[in-house]
Amino acid sequence: MKVQLTLTVNGETRDAVVAAHKTLLEVLREDLGLTGTKHGCELGECGTCTVLVDGEPVLSCLALPVELQGRQIKTVEGMAEGGRLHPLQQAFAELGAAQCGYCTPGILLTAEALLHDTPAPSRDQVRLALAGNLCRCTGYTKILDAVELAALRMKGASA
Amino acid sequence: MTNGKFSVIGQSLPKIDAWAKVTGETRFADDLVLPRMAYAKLLRSPHAHALIKRIDTSRARALPGVHAVITGHDLPRVKFGILPVSQDEEALCVEKVRMVGDAVAAVAAVDEETAERAARLIEVEYEPLKPLMSIQEALGNPDVRIHEYGDGPNIHKAVALQFGDVEAAFDGSHLVREDVFFFEGNTHLPMEQHAAVAHWGPDGKLTLWSSTQTPHYVHRLLGKILDVPQAHIRVVAAPVGGGFGGKLDPFAHEIAACKLSQVTGRPVKIALTREEVFYVHRGRHPVLMWIKTGFTTDGAITGMHFRSWLDGGAYGSYGVASTFYTGALQTVTYKIPVYKFEGARIFTNKPPCGPKRGHGTPQPRFAMECQIDKAAEQLGLDPAEMRRRNLAEPFTKTANHLTVSTMGLGECIDRVVEASGWREKRGKLPPGRGIGMACSSYLTGAGTAIYWNDMPHSGVVVRADRSGLVAVLCGATDIGQGSDSVLAYLVAEVLGIEPMDIRVHPADTDLTPVDLGSYSSRVTLMAGNAAIQATMRLRERIFEAAAKKLAVTPDRLAARGRRVFVADDPEKGMSFAEAVVLGESMHGVLAVPGSYAPPKRAGKYKGGGVGPSPCYSYSACVVEVDVDPETGDVKPAEVWIAHDIGRSLNPLLVEGQVEGSIYMGLGEALMEEQVFRKGVHKIPSMLEYKSPTTLETPEIHTILVETDDPEGPFGAKEAGQGPLLPVIPAVANAIYDAVGARIDETPISPDKVLKALELGRQGKVARVGPDKLPLFKFPEPRAVESAFGQPAENIAERPFGS
Repeated sequence: MKVQLTLTVNGETRDAVVAAHKTLLEVLREDLGLTGTKHGCELGECGTCTVLVDGEPVLSCLALPVELQGRQIKTVEGMAEGGRLHPLQQAFAELGAAQCGYCTPGILLTAEALLHDTPAPSRDQVRLALAGNLCRCTGYTKILDAVELAALRMKGASA
Repeated sequence: MTNGKFSVIGQSLPKIDAWAKVTGETRFADDLVLPRMAYAKLLRSPHAHALIKRIDTSRARALPGVHAVITGHDLPRVKFGILPVSQDEEALCVEKVRMVGDAVAAVAAVDEETAERAARLIEVEYEPLKPLMSIQEALGNPDVRIHEYGDGPNIHKAVALQFGDVEAAFDGSHLVREDVFFFEGNTHLPMEQHAAVAHWGPDGKLTLWSSTQTPHYVHRLLGKILDVPQAHIRVVAAPVGGGFGGKLDPFAHEIAACKLSQVTGRPVKIALTREEVFYVHRGRHPVLMWIKTGFTTDGAITGMHFRSWLDGGAYGSYGVASTFYTGALQTVTYKIPVYKFEGARIFTNKPPCGPKRGHGTPQPRFAMECQIDKAAEQLGLDPAEMRRRNLAEPFTKTANHLTVSTMGLGECIDRVVEASGWREKRGKLPPGRGIGMACSSYLTGAGTAIYWNDMPHSGVVVRADRSGLVAVLCGATDIGQGSDSVLAYLVAEVLGIEPMDIRVHPADTDLTPVDLGSYSSRVTLMAGNAAIQATMRLRERIFEAAAKKLAVTPDRLAARGRRVFVADDPEKGMSFAEAVVLGESMHGVLAVPGSYAPPKRAGKYKGGGVGPSPCYSYSACVVEVDVDPETGDVKPAEVWIAHDIGRSLNPLLVEGQVEGSIYMGLGEALMEEQVFRKGVHKIPSMLEYKSPTTLETPEIHTILVETDDPEGPFGAKEAGQGPLLPVIPAVANAIYDAVGARIDETPISPDKVLKALELGRQGKVARVGPDKLPLFKFPEPRAVESAFGQPAENIAERPFGS
C-alpha cells in the first residue's frame, strides 16, 4: 500500500509517494535522494542512521515517516547553512574525527543535539551522548576532541 | 613534529576528503544509482555442510517484478580464490555448500524487497552432511571431507620450518617455558556493509563499482571467474566505509551482480545486510598456540619453538599466508638466534577466516608477550627491562631471513615507561588495579604480491597542465586511513604547492596504474614511493623549462609556496602555474609515471615470501586496568603507546590510525568473538557482537617516535596495523598485575576472570586457558640455516632526499 507523504526535511517541504511500511531511512535515501544518511544495521543497533526530529536524535531505520509529517527532520545535508559548515563539521574535518566517514553523519547530528541542550559538556557527557553511535575507525578519541572543540568555538561565537 | 625543511610533511593537516565526509557527500557504493538499475539478492544456504540435490527457480522467476534468477549453472564452472594455491570458491555453489551463508542463487528485480521475496521462492533440496565445526571435529572425521585438496583430510595447509637447532638452545638455557594459548576468532565489523553496482554495457564491456580494498585483485579474478577478457572489465573502487581486511577477497555478491547485469541488460546493485556481513567474514582466525622459549638468567632469549593450529573455516581465502604469518614476525621484535615454526590450517564448516588488521600476527603476539611477562616474573626481572635487553638489532637479518632496517623499539619502551609511570605503578597499585606492557612489530607492506610477478606493486601517474592543475592517478583505494591524502601531501611537498591544489583519483582500472590494494600497511610506503618518483620526474621537466627561462641551471631551482624560484635568489622565479606552462611548452603533455616494487628479500625457502617487508614498524604499549573481583569485569583505565613511525607524514592521521588500532585491540582483548552454534553464528548483530563504545574506550596517549627509515617515503613506516598488536597481551598482563590471574585465552570476558579467581581461592593455579593440544603430526621441518645477526643487504639508497 502506498501513501502520500509531506515531510519537512532540512527546512524544505518534500512530497513523496511511498510504500507505507518504508522507514524514514529508506525514504530519505531512496525517495528524497539524501544519501548522506547511512545504514549500518537497519535494526536500531549502531546509530549510523541517526537524524534529528524536532532536534532530538532518532534512529531513522526504526522511524516511520507516516508518523513524522509536520515534524522538523534534519539530516547531515542540512547541517551546513548557506555553504558555511556547522562548527561540528569544521572541527571533525580539522581534527581527523572522520576516517572512513561512514558513521560520521549520525555522530555529527547526535553531537549537534547534545550541544544544543548542553553547550559546554564535560568529556564524560560527550561520551554518554555518543555511546549509541558505533565507530570502528577512530577509537573515538578524535571524535570526542572535535565535539569539545566545536563546543568551545560555538560558545565563543555566541558570547 | 614539524620540520623546517618541509612545508607539508609533518603538518597536522585535514584529509583532502574530510569536507566531503563531514557533509555526507562522499558517495559510497550503496549511494550510487544508475538509470534502469535493478536490485539483487542472494539466496544463501541454511546448512553448514550439505550436497545440493536440486534447485528450482521457477516460482521465483514467475514473481512479477523479477528480472532474472541465476544459479551456479549460469556461471562458468571455474573455482577461484584470492591466492593462486587455494582456488576453492564458487560464487554460487553448484554441488555442495560448506557453510551457512554459502550463496546458491541470485535474483535481480525492480526493487530490493521483490528480490528478497523472489529469493525466498527458490526451492533448494539439500542432502545434509556431517558439519565439522571445530579443529577437533575436522581432524577426528577424516572420512568427511570439506574439500578434496590440501595437505591431508580437512588440512588446508601444514608447514614446518626450522632455522637452527632449537633443542640445543633449550639445553643450554637457564629457563625454558612451555605455554599454551588460545586466541578466539573475531570479525572486522566495518560500519559499511559491502555493496556493489555492476553495469555490463551493450558494448559487451563490464564496469563494477565496489566497496573493495583490492580493486586490482577483483579485476584480475573477475576475468577468470566470468570468462571474459580482463581488458573488457573495469573496476572502480568506491570509497570504502571501513575495511580492516574484510573487503580484500572477491565476493559472491560482486560476481552475481556482474552476471545479473549481463543477463538483464541493466545496471544491478547489491548491498549486503549486516547479518550477511557476519557470514562473509574473512576475519581473525581462531588460533590455538603452543610456545616454547629458552631464556638465560638475565632474560635473553636463546631460542623459540612455536606451533599454531588455525581454524580456517570453509575456504582457503588468504589462509596459507595467514598460517605463515602466525610464525613469521616473532623474530623481528627480539633477538631470537634459533627458531622453529610449525603451523597448520584446518578446514571447518564455518565462514572462512582471512586477513584482519594485523593478519595472522596478533594471535602469536598475544602468546609471546604473555609468555615473556611470565618469564620475567620467574627470572625476577622488570618485564620492560627484559624486553629492552632482547631488542632486535637494526640493519641485521633475523633467524628466518627477514631484514630489519631501522628499529625504534628501545626508545618506544623508554617513552611509555616514562609516560605511564610504569616504575612507580607496577606491582604497587591498589588491589584490583594493574598495569601491563607488551611490544610488537609489523610489516610496512608485504614484500611479495599474492601472485608472483616482476611488475611494480604500485604505480602512480602525476599530471599537470597549463591550467596549473595537478592530478594524481593511482590504483590505490582509500579505506578511511587517508591514503589519498598522503599521496597529495607527498606530491605537494615535492612540487612546493598545497595539498588543496591537487586532486587525487583513486582506483579505476581504466584510468589509474595498478596498485595492489589497501592491505598489509603498504599504501603509504609503496604508492607513496611511486608518487614521489613520478613527481620528481615531473619536477625535473618543469625545472628544466623554468631554468632555461631564468637563465640558470635546473639544479639551482627550488619549489615552494606555489612558486618555482632560484634557491639562493628567491626573488628570481615564477608562479608554479607559469612554470608548468613552460614545461608543457618544452616537453609536451606532462603526465609522468612512477612505480615502486619492494626490494626482493624473500628468504630462499618455501614460505620465505611471507614476512619480508621494506621495513617494520615498532610499538610499545602500556595498559592500566581496573578489575572488579566481584563481577570479573575488566575496565581499561588508560593506554599509553609509543610507535616507531619512521617519519610522521601527518601526525593527525598517524594518531588516528594508532587510536583506532588501540580501540580495536581492546575490543579483541575483552569482548569481540565470532562464535557459532550448530553451524549458525551465535550473535550476527551489532548489538550482540560486543564491540567497544565511547564508554568502553579509555583515554589513549600516543607518542610518535621517528627513525627516518631509508625505505619509506621521506622515511615513513606504517601505522595502521602494528599498534593493535601489543594491546591485547598488555591487557592480559595488566590483569595479572591487578588480581594475579592469568587469562591465556581471548576474549578476556568476566566469566573467565571470575573462574581464574575462584581457582586461585581454591589454591589452584589462577589461570584460564587451553590445556589440551590436538593430536597432530606436522611434516618434517624444512631445515634452513639461521640468518640471525647477518648484516642487512640491499637497503635502499635513500632515493628521495629528506
